[in-house]
Amino acid sequence: MRKKKRARIKIIIVAALALLLLLCAVFAGVLAPHDPSAPNAAVIRIAPCAEYPLGTDNLGRCVLSRVLYGGRTTIAATFLLVFISFAVGTLIGILCGYYGGIVDKLLMRVADVLLAFPQMVIAIAVAGILNGGMTGAMISMGVTMWVSFARLARSHTFALKNEAYIQAAVFAGKSDLYILLFHIFPNLLAPVLTQALTQIGTTMIGLSGLSFLGLGVIPPTPEWGAMIAEARAYIQIAPWTIMGPAAAVIITIILFNYLGDAVMDYREV
Amino acid sequence: MIVKILKKLASLIVILLILSFLVFGLMYLAPGDPAERKLSEQGIAINKETLEAERAKMGLDRPFLVRYGEWLSGIIRGDFGASYKDDMPVGPKLAAGLKNTFILAFSSLLLALIVAFPLSVISAFRKNGVIDYIVRLLSFIGNSLPNFLISILLMYFLCIKLNLFPVIAKGNVQGLLLPVFSLSIPMSGRFIRQMRAEILDQLKEDYVTGMQGRGVKQRYIVMNVLRNSIGHIFTIIALQIGGLMGGSVVIETIFRWPGIGKLVMDSITARDYPVILGFVIVIGVIYVVINQLSDILNHILDPRTSL
Repeated sequence: MRKKKRARIKIIIVAALALLLLLCAVFAGVLAPHDPSAPNAAVIRIAPCAEYPLGTDNLGRCVLSRVLYGGRTTIAATFLLVFISFAVGTLIGILCGYYGGIVDKLLMRVADVLLAFPQMVIAIAVAGILNGGMTGAMISMGVTMWVSFARLARSHTFALKNEAYIQAAVFAGKSDLYILLFHIFPNLLAPVLTQALTQIGTTMIGLSGLSFLGLGVIPPTPEWGAMIAEARAYIQIAPWTIMGPAAAVIITIILFNYLGDAVMDYREV
Repeated sequence: MIVKILKKLASLIVILLILSFLVFGLMYLAPGDPAERKLSEQGIAINKETLEAERAKMGLDRPFLVRYGEWLSGIIRGDFGASYKDDMPVGPKLAAGLKNTFILAFSSLLLALIVAFPLSVISAFRKNGVIDYIVRLLSFIGNSLPNFLISILLMYFLCIKLNLFPVIAKGNVQGLLLPVFSLSIPMSGRFIRQMRAEILDQLKEDYVTGMQGRGVKQRYIVMNVLRNSIGHIFTIIALQIGGLMGGSVVIETIFRWPGIGKLVMDSITARDYPVILGFVIVIGVIYVVINQLSDILNHILDPRTSL
C-alpha cells in the first residue's frame, strides 16, 4: 500500500511539471518577450543578456521566444498525432477484436506488414515523398503509429468479449454499440491510455528528428528540431542558439518519458 | 523445421510485396512531375513536346500497374532502375552507400552491446543497489535523447570546446568515432532497459529460487539465467536494428558519412524517387531477414519457442 501511495505522489509531481510545461507552450504569446519570427538586423547573434535571456539567432530573432513558440508547434503536433493514432488504433482494435472475421484478418495482416518495418525508415521515405511540412511529417509517422494501439485494444477486447457480464449484456438485448461503448471501451481505456502516454516521448523524438532533417515544419515557423538544424551552422560562434532548443527538447522528452514510466510502475504495483 | 522456415520465408515475401506496392503507390500519388523537374534542372525549355518526350523516356506515361510490374521484376533481377537525377543505375549507388552504412551501424551496435550487456547484467543482479540506480538513471537519459541532439552536443563539446576530433568525418577511424557514439548512446539506453527487464523476468522463475534454496553458487545462477535469457536478448538486438537504420539516416546526414542514409536524404531533396524506393526495399529486406534469422536462432537455442 505504501508503495502504491509513493508511486501516486510521484505521478502527481511529474504530471504537475508536465502540465506547467504545456502551459508555457499554450501561453507562449504572453510569456515570449519578443516576436518569434521578426528578424532584427541590429541584434544578430547576441549572447544571452537581460533583454534576450537566451540570446538571438543569425537573423536577430529572440531565441527564448522561438523556444516558447516552438514548444507550441512541437507539443501540439505530438499530442495531436498521439491522439489521432490512439483514436484510430483503438477503434480499429475494438472492432477487429469484437467482430473478428475477414476484415480483422486483413487489417491484422496490414499491421504485421507495418510492424515488420523500421518506423523511422518508413517515416523518412513517406515524409520525403509527401514533402508536405508538419502535416506530411505527422502522416508519415501516423502510418505506423496506430498499429500498436490497434493490437493492444484488439487483444483486450478479445479477452473481455468472453467475460460473463458481456454475455449478460448480450442476453439482456443490449445493442453492440452499447456494449462496445459502455462495457468494452471503459475497460480497455487504462492500458491503452498508458500506451499513449509512453508514446509521447518517442513521437516527439521522431517529429523533431524529421523537422531537423528538413522533412517537417517549413521555416520560419519555430520548431525545436528545425531550430537546432538552422543553428548548427553557427555552433562555433553562437552556441546559445542551439543550447536553448536543445535544453527544451531534452527536458520535455525526459519529463514525458518519466511520466510514462511512473504510470507504468503504478499500474504494476 | 525446414518446412516451418520455408513457411516463414513465404510470409516474408508477402510482407515485402505489400510494402513495395504501398511505397510505389505513394510515389505515384506524390505531388510534382519528375520529368518536369528534371528538364528544368537541365535548363531545357519546358513545353508540351519536350515534356512528353522526357516522360516517355523515363517511362512515366504508362499505366500504374505496368510501371509497378516492371519496377518489381527489375528489383527481382537486381536492377533498381535509373536515377532521375543523373540516369545512373540506382543499384550500385545503394550498394556503395550500404557498405559505409554497414561499417557505421555494425560498429555502433558492437559498442552499444559492449556497454549495455555487462551493465544490464550487473544492474539486474544487484537490483535496487547503487550501481543499479546509476545505470537506470543513465539508461533512462540515454533513451530520452534524440540522436541528432546527441551528435550536435558531442560535436560542440568534443570538437569545438576540447578540439579532440575533426568536425567533418573523413572516412577514417577518427571520423567514425563521433557518429558511432551518437548512434550507440541512445541504443545502449534502450538495450539496458530491455535486457535488464528480461533478466529480472528470468530471476522471478522458480528454478532460480530453487537454486538459491539449494545454496548454489551465485556465478552458476548467473550462468543459468543468462543461458535462458539469451534467446530473448537476440530478439531485443534484432528489433533495435530498425531504430539503428532510421537513426543512421540522421547521423550520416549530420556527419556527411557517405552511407545509404545520406544518399536517401540527398535523393529526397532532388526528388529522386527510384533511389528512395530502392532504399526502402533494401532496408526492409535487411531488417525483415535479420528478424527472421533471430527467430530461427531463438528456436534453435530454445526449441520451446514457436517459430
